Amino acid sequence: MIAEEFDAIVIGAGMSGNAAAYTMASHGLKVLQLERGEYPGSKNVQGAIMYANMLEKIIPDFRDDAPLERHLVEQRLWVMDDRSHTGIHYRSDDFNETKPNRYTIIRAQFDKWFSRKVREAGATVLCETTVTELVRDAANGKVIGVRTDRAGGVLYADVVVLAEGVSGLLGTRAGLREMPKPETVALAVKEMHFLPEEVIEQRFGVKGDEGCVIEAVGTISRSMAGLGFLYTNKESVSLGIGCLVSDFAAAKESPYALLDAFKNHPSIRPLIAGSEVKEYAAHLIPEGGHKAIPQLFGDGWVVVGDAAQLNNAVHREGSNLAMTSGRIAAEAIVQVKRRNDPMTGRNLTLYKAMLDKSFVVKDLRKYKDMPALLHTNSSNFFTTYPRLISQAAQNFMRVDGTPKIEKEKATTAAFIKERSRWGLVSDAVRLAFAWR
Amino acid sequence: MSTANETPRPAAGRAGIKKELPERFKDYRHVWVFIELERGQVHPVSFELLGEGRKLADNLGVQLAGVVLGPPGEATWNAVAEAFAYGADLAYIVEAPLLADYRNEPFTKAMTDLVGSHKPEILLLGATTLGRDLAGSVATTLQTGLTADCTELDVDADGSLAATRPTFGGSLLCTIYTLNYRPQMATVRPRVMPMPQRADKPVGRVIQHKVSLAEDEIVTKVLGFLPDSQSAEANLAYADVVVAGGLGLGAAENLQLVKNLARAVGAEHGCSRPLVQKGWMPADRQIGQTGKTIRPKLYIAAGISGAIQHRVGVEGADLIVAINTDPNAPIFEFAHIGIVTDAIRFLPALTEAFTRRLSPHSRDKLAS
Amino acid sequence: MHIVICIKQVPDSAQIRVHPVTNTIMRQGVPTIINPYDLFALEEALKLRDAYGGGVTVLSMGPPMAEDALRKALGYGADRAVLLTDRYFAGSDTLATSFALSQAIAKIGETFGKPDIVFTGKQTIDGDTAQVGPGIAKRLDLLQLTYVAKIASIDLATREIKVERRSEGGTQTLKSRLPCLITMLEGTNEIRRGSIQDALCAARSQVLKWSAADAGIEELTRCGLRGSPTVVKRVFAPTPRAEKAAKIDTAEKTLRDVADELIAAILARQPALEHELAFNNGA
Repeated sequence: MIAEEFDAIVIGAGMSGNAAAYTMASHGLKVLQLERGEYPGSKNVQGAIMYANMLEKIIPDFRDDAPLERHLVEQRLWVMDDRSHTGIHYRSDDFNETKPNRYTIIRAQFDKWFSRKVREAGATVLCETTVTELVRDAANGKVIGVRTDRAGGVLYADVVVLAEGVSGLLGTRAGLREMPKPETVALAVKEMHFLPEEVIEQRFGVKGDEGCVIEAVGTISRSMAGLGFLYTNKESVSLGIGCLVSDFAAAKESPYALLDAFKNHPSIRPLIAGSEVKEYAAHLIPEGGHKAIPQLFGDGWVVVGDAAQLNNAVHREGSNLAMTSGRIAAEAIVQVKRRNDPMTGRNLTLYKAMLDKSFVVKDLRKYKDMPALLHTNSSNFFTTYPRLISQAAQNFMRVDGTPKIEKEKATTAAFIKERSRWGLVSDAVRLAFAWR
Repeated sequence: MSTANETPRPAAGRAGIKKELPERFKDYRHVWVFIELERGQVHPVSFELLGEGRKLADNLGVQLAGVVLGPPGEATWNAVAEAFAYGADLAYIVEAPLLADYRNEPFTKAMTDLVGSHKPEILLLGATTLGRDLAGSVATTLQTGLTADCTELDVDADGSLAATRPTFGGSLLCTIYTLNYRPQMATVRPRVMPMPQRADKPVGRVIQHKVSLAEDEIVTKVLGFLPDSQSAEANLAYADVVVAGGLGLGAAENLQLVKNLARAVGAEHGCSRPLVQKGWMPADRQIGQTGKTIRPKLYIAAGISGAIQHRVGVEGADLIVAINTDPNAPIFEFAHIGIVTDAIRFLPALTEAFTRRLSPHSRDKLAS
Repeated sequence: MHIVICIKQVPDSAQIRVHPVTNTIMRQGVPTIINPYDLFALEEALKLRDAYGGGVTVLSMGPPMAEDALRKALGYGADRAVLLTDRYFAGSDTLATSFALSQAIAKIGETFGKPDIVFTGKQTIDGDTAQVGPGIAKRLDLLQLTYVAKIASIDLATREIKVERRSEGGTQTLKSRLPCLITMLEGTNEIRRGSIQDALCAARSQVLKWSAADAGIEELTRCGLRGSPTVVKRVFAPTPRAEKAAKIDTAEKTLRDVADELIAAILARQPALEHELAFNNGA
């Protein structure tokens, strides 16, 4: 059997891998994509949010046939204590536009669709094929191909795109990057709760394809840096909670117990009452931010998406960074290829340069101090403040004959008692700096 | 099937088809049950079907006939006598040496011939390996409708057979009609219908039918037959007490807890479909629509949620005990006694309690 | 030897949900798989090809998305895939399905050589009827060998085939002749893993898509809804029983007490069991 050679091999068929494979194939490169799962998305059964703008840059007319669940018209940000939530809701009819900005999707279906597009663009996609190692040139160490768990030898390529996800072992085993540290990876546990369409419409005040997202912080994460979330799909609600892996370990908390508590929170429970839980999954999310980004390229390889820790934990954006990094890596490879240059690390710096100029790295740089701040101060940000905010709100709402001025004083006093005047100022300043 | 919470299903499309029986089918009358005779024995499912066929025939005001295909000899005539004992009004019999062992070709020929000559409106067969092999060929030859694995048979107001069976992988039930073709064919799995009372009766009218078939026209030859060893497998469907485990047991090794309890009370053990799919238990232990249907006096389901496809396989049990951690599990909808607890922890306690209760020693103590 | 194997793409029944209010099927997000019983037939077909030479053609009838199932079958090493897809086939019952499939098999025979064996799985997991295989055999006048546990021998010169087939209460050994239709019993083998070359080849081969006309079907009235003698009149959830399970309270009780209480409850409802259980235990 004559060994077959490709311009590029993409490892993984998630958002970043599909974006890379699609972009390269549609520029005429000979692309092979290898996916471990039974089909693209089979390892990713969950609901998610998809950002239209970043997908438009890859597939402009995706709305024609992509499996989209609901477009988001409302976002709720909740600060929760054990019995209450204080929230900011933003809803606007402006989001009911002809080309809506954000959608909920079910990854299993979306990824399958995306993969079909990749194939239609001309790439060869093999599922149920696990790459077992990167093959390097014995002389110069350049990555020249991959070996898989199927019989039949090595597959060669000019460049290998590692889109293997946050816990992908190929790059780490090959020494291209370090294993992500527990404090830079969050573990999210999610469930799909199936509900009839009408029930979802009633409970969330949406109609047609409109959808709503709830994100919640507070005592639900038991003083760890974490976030609970709920997305409405067409006939289901995706819900889950995530915290840093290191926090779970230190606090000896079980993710399942946290999810259970979140589901039973008096503000969440009625939203999912009577639903049928069908899918349960745990998922790792890179949360290290800018400081955790590894080396992104080398001789014969680039790394994209979650594998490269490209995830904006503050804005809960992952898939758009993944898609964008995949697309940019692909565009860089296409340019190098067009110049007939070899896929050396030197030439692939182009990827880094292009990525640095994009929103991906700019956003991550903006929030570079945020993960550490929230992490080291997690009990203040995720327990103390939520409790205080709830007390303050209740104090404000409850009409019991107390003069308003005394109510305000009581609230201020409670904040100072818990965090001291200096603590409040310093938290505010640090938060402001991290945000800046 | 009168009080089901039915819903109109616009997608079905066919539901609107009207009954307009063509002229050539108008003289098709009477209910037939295929009496499955293999190696001298009548399969009990045939008697279960005679019980069901009796009701249909009475509703329609027609006769119930047993159809016996077999080699010349005593066994075949015994099968005829049994058909009468279980309620047949008359019997059709085709005797030929080449019907000694079941083979598709001669049996299909004999059955389709018989139907063509005597024109039944309903033909019921057991959904055994033999019955399914035969029914598909017969229905295709006759170009008529066949509803497989029915769980309920009824006659509707205009005299059509309403055959109900699980659908969508056992998530829902559906009622199927063969409106404009005859005979209306259905298969029913063993143990789905109750065994009717046997009553010795003189042999009634027997219609002998000749089929022109010669052994050298039949390609397929039976070279041998190896009966199953008396394994528990064969006994599951007819066991008086059955203990079964489901996904709630969490791991393959926990099935030992089910087996332990079964052994303690002298029961057969089984499992739900997902366990077979996971390879935790062999397929012949599967209980439910696609496995065995059971009608024991006591059925204990441990960690089984109770999907419809399982339900239809156990509903005939006299007493169903369900053990499940989920208080909303569907199994509590049709079990008689429920315990909301973890079967992994509870099964050993139950085994111990049964053993304590049933050991001669403890019985003696109770007596004294 | 030319082998045709019929497969069906089915929803993974473990993941089917029923709408709690309207009792309709919620199809969203239910993954599809190759009917698991068909994989045993496919592996057997591939084994025979490896042993006797020739080719394996995989045939499926279904919506366009059933192409995924066929592509997967190619990945296991099948040589050719045909998808019979046409709106005329919608709503087919077993009779109409076996008609369309047998017509397509005849067309495959004309185009790529007459099949020596047609394989199907024992049954599907969504329909569970086990009737399409026998239907195809009858229509194509193939010898019918159902529930085959083992293909003992094939003699291509004399066209003789010996199989072991599962029958009620035992195993029958049959001698028959090609061409035949075999429905393969489950658990008889394990589907192979194709090599990287098989996988690449599958990813690049075209699945042939045949309409009714492509398959040479002229009698459209014998297809789909119109060709189906059976009529689904209604689909419904089972009647909830008036009486739900009597729950034994477990709060603040030892498991031992709960177990004793359960046995007492069992015997209260079925007194005869006391004798039965004791008898069984002693035996």
